[in-house]
Amino acid sequence: MSKAWKGFKSGNWQNAVDVADFIKQNYSEYTGEGQFLEGAVESSLSLNESFKDLLKLEKEKGGVIDLDTKVASTIISHEPGYINKDIEKIVGLQTDAPLKRGFFPEGGINVAVKSAEAYGYKVDQETIDLYTNVRKTHNQGVFDAYTPEIRRARSSHIITGLPDGYGRGRIIGDYRRVPLYGIDALIKDKQEQQLGITFPMTEDKIRLREEISDQIKSLKQLIQLGDMYGFDLRRPAENAQEAIQWLYLAYLGAVKEQNGAAMSLGRIDAFLDIYIERDLAAGIFDEIEIQELIDHFVMKLRMVRFARTPEYNQLFTGDPTWVTAVLGGMSNDGRSLVTKTAFRLLQTLYNLGTSAEPNLTVLWSNDLPEGFKNFTAKVSIDTSSIQYENDDTLRPLHGDDYGIACCVSPMAIGKEMQFFGARANIAKALLYALNGGRDEISGKQVFEKSKDNVLKADVLDYDVVMARYEKTLEELAEVYVNALNIIHYMHDKYAYEKLEMALHDRDVKRLFATGIAGLSVVADSLSAIKYAKVYPIYDEASGLITDFETVGEFPMYGNDDDRVDEIAVEVLRKFMNYIRQNKTYRDSHPTMSVLTITSNVVYGKNTGNTPDGRRYGEPFAPGANPMHGRDKSGAIKSLMSVAKLPFEDAQDGISNTFTIIPKALGQSITDKGSIVHLVDDVQVTNLVSLLDGYFNSGGYHLNVNVFNRETLKEAYDNPDLYPNLTIRVSGYAVNFSNLTDEQKREVMKRTFHEGF
Amino acid sequence: MKDSNKNQLLGNVHSIETFGAYDGPGLRYVLFLQGCPLRCKFCHNRDTWGTDDNKLMTVDEILNDYHKYRAFYKNGGLTVSGGEATLQLPFLTELFKEAKKRNIHTCLDTSAGTFSEARIPEFEALLENTDLVLLDIKHIDDEKHKWLTGASNKNILKFARLLSDKKIPTILRHILLPGINSQDEYLYRLRDFIDTLDNFIGIDILPYHTKGIMKWDNMGIEYELKDTPEPTKEEVAHAEYVIKHNYKYMQIN
Repeated sequence: MSKAWKGFKSGNWQNAVDVADFIKQNYSEYTGEGQFLEGAVESSLSLNESFKDLLKLEKEKGGVIDLDTKVASTIISHEPGYINKDIEKIVGLQTDAPLKRGFFPEGGINVAVKSAEAYGYKVDQETIDLYTNVRKTHNQGVFDAYTPEIRRARSSHIITGLPDGYGRGRIIGDYRRVPLYGIDALIKDKQEQQLGITFPMTEDKIRLREEISDQIKSLKQLIQLGDMYGFDLRRPAENAQEAIQWLYLAYLGAVKEQNGAAMSLGRIDAFLDIYIERDLAAGIFDEIEIQELIDHFVMKLRMVRFARTPEYNQLFTGDPTWVTAVLGGMSNDGRSLVTKTAFRLLQTLYNLGTSAEPNLTVLWSNDLPEGFKNFTAKVSIDTSSIQYENDDTLRPLHGDDYGIACCVSPMAIGKEMQFFGARANIAKALLYALNGGRDEISGKQVFEKSKDNVLKADVLDYDVVMARYEKTLEELAEVYVNALNIIHYMHDKYAYEKLEMALHDRDVKRLFATGIAGLSVVADSLSAIKYAKVYPIYDEASGLITDFETVGEFPMYGNDDDRVDEIAVEVLRKFMNYIRQNKTYRDSHPTMSVLTITSNVVYGKNTGNTPDGRRYGEPFAPGANPMHGRDKSGAIKSLMSVAKLPFEDAQDGISNTFTIIPKALGQSITDKGSIVHLVDDVQVTNLVSLLDGYFNSGGYHLNVNVFNRETLKEAYDNPDLYPNLTIRVSGYAVNFSNLTDEQKREVMKRTFHEGF
Repeated sequence: MKDSNKNQLLGNVHSIETFGAYDGPGLRYVLFLQGCPLRCKFCHNRDTWGTDDNKLMTVDEILNDYHKYRAFYKNGGLTVSGGEATLQLPFLTELFKEAKKRNIHTCLDTSAGTFSEARIPEFEALLENTDLVLLDIKHIDDEKHKWLTGASNKNILKFARLLSDKKIPTILRHILLPGINSQDEYLYRLRDFIDTLDNFIGIDILPYHTKGIMKWDNMGIEYELKDTPEPTKEEVAHAEYVIKHNYKYMQIN
């Protein structure tokens, strides 16, 4: 066996690219607690200080330190960059200077120019001409093909956030392949894959052959990137430091080549742990040195930046890059995949301070070791920086080597990818149903197929409204899927993720990920129509229903009341079925998420008054959350309502953002002196019970925030005192100070569970 | 009462908390029953005193509701509080019996204001299915107790003794009221008393808080202890020391 693989147990991974098998043969499960962990060493603290200074400078300069406007970013477009070369143990930057953002014109030159101009940078006319007249972009391609129906739906905001002018993201390269096999072997594998695609040359095969050639080119560029930094990526990594470095450079190549919306990292904890434990046993590194490597690595992940337009920032605020890294989870053989390195990665939140990135995501299973459960709960209580996904739900569908892209989107690493698809505003669609396909704000006729008279009624009748709503949803689904078909066709053609796809198998499963916003508004609105009396109010000039008078009580989503929760389930099912009726690009498998990120504010802004009492412009609840303040029956009942949403009809994820005050979790240990074992910390064990309860009840995802509303108010009033306050929003974490004023106020309005 | 009627026993429920993190181990389903025989001047649930019907529920209704949330209570269980839970003793006894059949950890939060020697058999029937008692002793001095709660503490202390004799795991809860029961004299007397018991698995000194005054105000009833302050950290630490230092707890496996 080669030096790189010395000491590893053999298996299929040696005959084929099969990282999952390598992990299974070689990892050691860790069932203890976090006592072995080490704090930050001098080099980490010093680099972290430099990083913090850069963050301060970035904020002072209005959000961007520097932005390249000349060189289109590629894997090898920039000279090597460093923070402090002498002490960095893991190196590599997206450009030649820290936090300097690259220029990505392939998604769309107009968008790239706008992003630059938003921060006071000007793109050369020559570059603009090149990407306007010579090299076509994704954005141009999409708009060349868009139909009038799609344009109307887009400009009326019933579908928002379509990746037609920015990188779609949500594709996870299997970055582990680079350290495990070295790039030479990966190129050889790709060449063999290409040889297998033979006559007759159909469109599919031609495209795949071209894509593989592109993939190989990117792999060769990745070798060059390694050379620039002084590492020979042609060969496999030979120790833990190299494994981390190789893996990071592979990821870095991806974020140099693509500015995808979510550039997630995948599943690296048990993989890296194998190298680490081997080297620890051999005395090559000690625990302090290992933590230093992890700290430096994670710091780099915190530095990933893209230039975005102001419109984009409104949707996804706080500069998120979704460097999502999953931790833990179970193996199909019954062991957990928890290793010490999962702890080490979480430890960075203490060593370097809390942070929004990487988006640390615990794959929660009932069967995870108690020590890990307790440790993650403790980290949540201390940092509010991590999220949880239900491994017991996901494993049967995606196997035991999947990751999460973005916030909640599951995919088997290197075997599945997705076509990300923004989201449809189903609350606005309800208003369209009442108004016969006309927009309640502009008055324009947006939908043609479901076009109808404005509903004339003294009191709204549930069955009548539902029948019209179904027609509207059906048309919405059709327009939506077809828009995405065009987008992903063009994205593949003009902004293909060469390196990320090079780190996939040849024949990947493609998921077609639609999404919805406004589910809780719809559920409560339909509940009001069903259980109270809703009187429509007509606008005299337009004849449209623009307001409602709702008389009487009605059950609200978020209180574990089946009367309304079942409406939410029914609407979700219906819309997913309408999605399924349509043909999807590249025979991808349609899925749906209930996830808004921070766009719930923008969706609300673009939606008129709704029958639930929500006013025009008021934010929606994030993701699948109940509307702010309406889940009045306590934490568990709120969770139970969300847990009823069926995963089979929302396979791209159901996001729930949960905030609880520390005291509600039980007596704080600070009142009891220091403790040795987390199992004696009541708040920790109660949070574990809460997570166990939610996920065993069918919950899909939980963002956990543990703090008081007063803390946010203080941070709102005195931003300087809280420069690094991290909170979980919808599917990701954000530095509170980076939110817009509107979003800050929306976050403060959310339900804070205080017990019962 | 006939067996077949037992499930028709109705509990008069004040409220239900599905996320109880303070009333017994783990996360708990906390059932607050309506009605209390004591008249504590510092009561923070003033609205639970009355015995008029509030929400009437059967044992099955409650346990079926519990069942919906059972996934959260793996390390917790069911706690019945009040008001005074034992004011509805037949119902409570039946509830715990059925709960134990379903393997639910049962916890009784009580001040034992309804206990008397004549009722020992009834209470023993309840304790047969009680895993844990949270016993509230308001004041160790009988006269002061009468002043503070409107009733003697004699039966309450006897109930404590019964729990000890039957080795029912019990956690003492003592609300620390500055100037009322926080004096050394009372703290040491309380310590002397509990040193004679051997069923305590924990002792909680709970600092008095004024958040309950609102409920009195809302009901338009005057709150007598307006001038009693919340205890300082030092006062709590001192009481903790007197009551808990080197206390010999019952060992449970």
